Amino acid sequence: MASAPSKLYQDDASLVVALLDTNPFFWAAASLPFSEFLQHVVPFINSLLLLNQLNRVVLIATGTSSCGYIFDSGEANSNANANANANALCSGIIKKLEDFVGKDSKIAKGPNGNGDATRPAISSLLSGSLSLALCYIQRIFRSGARHPQPRILCIQGSPDGPEQYVAVMNSIFSAQRSMVPIDSCIVGTQHSAFLQQASYITGGVYMKPQQLDGLFQYLAAVFATDLHSRNFLRLPKPVGVDFRASCFCHKKTIDLGYVCSVCLSIFCKYHKKCSTCGSEFNQGTVDSTTREQKR
Amino acid sequence: MAVISVATRYKITVKDAGIPGVLKMNEERFVFQPNDPRSLMKLNIEFRNIKGHKFSKDGSKQALLNLTQDSEKGTGYIFEFDNFTDRNSCRDFVGRVLGKLQSVPARPNDQSVPEKPAGPSFAEQLSTTEMERRIKLLREDSELQRLHKQFVLSGVLTESEFWATRKALLGEDGNHTTKQRPGFKSAMLADVRPSADGRTNKVTFSLTPEIMHQIFAEKPAVHRAFLNLVPSKMAEKDFWTKYCRAEYLNRTKNAVVAAAEAAEDEELAVFLKHDDILANEARRKIRRVDPTLDMEADVGDDYIHLPDHGILRDGQKDTAETETEVSRRTLSQDLNRHAAVVLEGRTLDVELSDTRTVAEALARSKKELSSNEKSEENVNLERQERVARMTELEDLQGSREPPYASLCIKDPREYFDSQQANALRALGGTEFGTHILDSSLSKEEAYRYLKEQISEVKSRGLKNPVIRPDTALQVFSGLSQHLSSTRFQLGKNPQESALDRIPHRTKDELMQHWTSIQELLRHFWSSYPITTAGLYNKVQRVKDAMAQIYQKLQEIKESAKSDFRHQVSLLVQPMLQALDAAFAHYDLEHQKRTTKSGAKPNGFVK
Repeated sequence: MASAPSKLYQDDASLVVALLDTNPFFWAAASLPFSEFLQHVVPFINSLLLLNQLNRVVLIATGTSSCGYIFDSGEANSNANANANANALCSGIIKKLEDFVGKDSKIAKGPNGNGDATRPAISSLLSGSLSLALCYIQRIFRSGARHPQPRILCIQGSPDGPEQYVAVMNSIFSAQRSMVPIDSCIVGTQHSAFLQQASYITGGVYMKPQQLDGLFQYLAAVFATDLHSRNFLRLPKPVGVDFRASCFCHKKTIDLGYVCSVCLSIFCKYHKKCSTCGSEFNQGTVDSTTREQKR
Repeated sequence: MAVISVATRYKITVKDAGIPGVLKMNEERFVFQPNDPRSLMKLNIEFRNIKGHKFSKDGSKQALLNLTQDSEKGTGYIFEFDNFTDRNSCRDFVGRVLGKLQSVPARPNDQSVPEKPAGPSFAEQLSTTEMERRIKLLREDSELQRLHKQFVLSGVLTESEFWATRKALLGEDGNHTTKQRPGFKSAMLADVRPSADGRTNKVTFSLTPEIMHQIFAEKPAVHRAFLNLVPSKMAEKDFWTKYCRAEYLNRTKNAVVAAAEAAEDEELAVFLKHDDILANEARRKIRRVDPTLDMEADVGDDYIHLPDHGILRDGQKDTAETETEVSRRTLSQDLNRHAAVVLEGRTLDVELSDTRTVAEALARSKKELSSNEKSEENVNLERQERVARMTELEDLQGSREPPYASLCIKDPREYFDSQQANALRALGGTEFGTHILDSSLSKEEAYRYLKEQISEVKSRGLKNPVIRPDTALQVFSGLSQHLSSTRFQLGKNPQESALDRIPHRTKDELMQHWTSIQELLRHFWSSYPITTAGLYNKVQRVKDAMAQIYQKLQEIKESAKSDFRHQVSLLVQPMLQALDAAFAHYDLEHQKRTTKSGAKPNGFVK
C-alpha cells in the first residue's frame, strides 16, 4: 500500500458523489414520477453505505437555478443515523431535498417574486453540480493519506443545456485529470451527449436503462461496485459515442471538414477566410491532405 | 510446334536421381520413354490434365521443368534437362499448349453463336509473346485467373476489355526501360594532343566528330566561328587546321608569335583570343552569385599569382603572370568549363557523323536552354530583395508585427448551441424534451408538483420491497443479454476482424463477390459516356452480370444464420450500395437516351 503515498486508496472503499436531477420541468413531464424515482434512489444510497463500512456517499441536487449538498454520510450525525436506521436516513434526505427545492424555486422566481420570464432556464445546472462534486472530492484528496476512492454518479433526466457546454466540458476534463470516473445513468427519454462524452473521457459507465420501474436493479447491478471490482466485471458500454463536430457555417454535423489552423473552427467547405477568427488562408491549392478526418 | 522430342530425366521428386529417357510432346499429350526398356516409369499424359508448369531459373543448378497436375498438392511431373536450351524449348512448347487449352472452353460457344460480341477477341491477332505473357499472369495470380474465367469465358467481358484495364500488368513484363543516353566523357579532353613524328617539323592533330562535338560544347567561340565561317568562307578542313594551329600556339606559349599571327589572320585570332562568349557567361554567373557572399575574403587564398607557385601542366608550371592577355587560360578555368559541360550532359540526339549538323543541333539546343532560363529582370529583383533582407539594420527597423493573426472569436455560444442540437439529433432523440418542457408547465406548477412528490415520499416512507422480483429479473436478464451479444463485442479486439467470425464458406464467397463486383464496376463506369454501340453492348452485359451478383448477395444476406446476420449484412451493405449506384446511373442514362431518341423529329415512339 505504500507505493503511492499521495493517493493511498482503500482499494474497495468508495466515495460516491451522486448528482440527482431535480429539474421540476422534467419531472412534471416524465413517465417515472419523482416519488417513484426516490423510491429507487434512496435505497440504492443506503445499500452503497451497507456495502462497506468505509464507503461514503454524498448527494448533490441539480436544480435549474441552484445546486446543493443534500446528504453526506461522512457527517457525524447522519452517519450515526444511517447505521441505525434506513428510514431515518431516508427522512433526512427527503427533508433536505424539500428544503432545497423550496430554495431553488425561490431563486427561480427571482427577488421580485414574479420570476425572470425571459430566461429559458429549464435545463438542469449539470455543470454546477459537477463542480460541487469535484470540489468535494478535492477536499477528500487533501484530507489525509487514506481516503476512499472517489467517483461521480450522475442520475440525469433533463436534456443537456447547450449554454453550459464549456463549463461541463471543463468539469469533465478536470475530472479526467484527477482520475475521477463519471458514471451516468440517464432516466430521461433521450441520450445525453455531454454525459456520453463525460463517461467516455473519464472511463466511467454510461447507461440509459430501458425499464425505469427496475431502476434500482440497474443502479445496484451496474453502479454499486467499487472501482477495484470493476476490473473484474464486464459492465455495459455504449455502442457508440457521438464525437462528430458540426460546421460553423451551416451547423451541420459533418464527418469530414476543414479546420481553421488558427482557432480550430470547423467548416464543411473551403473558405478563403476563417469566419470565426478572420485568418486568411491564401493557399489556393486545397488538396485532400488538408481535409481532416474528425473523430 | 507439332512435335518436340528431347532427351531428359524424369524425376518423381526434385532430389531424385531421375530416370534417363526421352520426352516427346505434341499438342495433346506428352510421352516419356525411358532409355531402359525394362523400366516401368513410362508416362503418357494428356495436357488437359496439366494445370500449369514451373521451371527453375536460367543458370540455376538444375534445368528443371515441372508440369503440375494439382497446384495445391504440388504433385506433378518433374523433368531435368541436360542444358537450359533444351529445357527452354520444352517450356515454351508447354506454355503454348497450355495457353491454347485455356482458351478452348470458350470456343464451342463462339462457334455456335458467331455474332456474339466476344468474337472479336479471337479475331484480333495477338503475338505469341503477348499471349504467353497473359497466360503467365493468369497462372501466377489465381484471383486473376478466377476473374478471367468468370467474365471472359462466360462472355461478359471480351478478352481485350479484360486486359485493357491491366495494361500496367502487361507492361511490367515487357522491357520498356528507356535507353540510357551516354553523356560526355568525364575525362578531360584537355586539348587535342599533337603527335609529332620526331623527324619532320610536322605536327599532327587527330579530330573525331566526337571530339569536335566536345570542342563545340566547351568552347562556344569555336562553335560560333564554325557556324559563321564553314562552309561559306572556308572549307571544314581549313577551319580545323586553323584551330589546331591556334591550339599549338597556345600550347607552346609562344605569346609573341601568337600575337603576330593573330594580327595577320583575323580568323585565327578568334581561337587565340579569350573566348568572349564564355567571358560573358562568366560575368553573368558572377552577377548571380549570392550578393552576401564575401568574395574579397577569398582573394588571399589565391597563391597562384605568387612567384614560384602554380599548377603543373604538361611539364610546365602554369603560372599566370607570364601569360599575355591573349592566351590567358588557366587550368582551373578549363577544368571548370569542362565540368560544366559534362554536368549539362549531352543534349543532342543527332548522329555524330557530320560536323555541320552537330554544330547546328548544338546551337538549337542552346537556344532552347537559354529561353528556359529565368529572365534577367526576375533574377535582378530577387537579388535586390535578398540584399535588402541581408543588409537590414535591426536598430533602424520599426517593431515588427507578429507573423500570425490575432485570434478573435465572434460568439462561441453560436457554435456550442448548434453543437448541442446536432448531437441530440445524431443520437436519435426523437423528442426534443426542451420544447415539450417549455410549453407544458409554468414554474409554479412544476415546483408545486415536485414538492408534492417529495412530501408523498415523506408521508408514505419507503416501499417494501424496493423492487418487484419479476422486474428485477427482467432487468437482470436484459443486462446480461446486452453484455453477451456479439454486436457488443464487435471491433473490441483489434486482432480479430469481423470476417474471421463468419463461417469460412461465407467469407470466401463474400470476398469473391467483392473482387468480381470491383472488376465489373470498373468496366461499368469506364464505359461512360456511351459513345459507340460496342460500349452500349458492354454496359448491357456488365449490368446483367452485376444484377446476377446482386441476387446472389441478397441470398447470402438472407441465408446467413442469425448469429452472423448482422455482420454479414454489414459487409454486404457497401457492395449493394455500390451496385445500386451503378444501376441508378444506368437507369438514368437509359432514360435520357430514350427521351432523346423520342424527341427525334421522325416520330419515333418509344
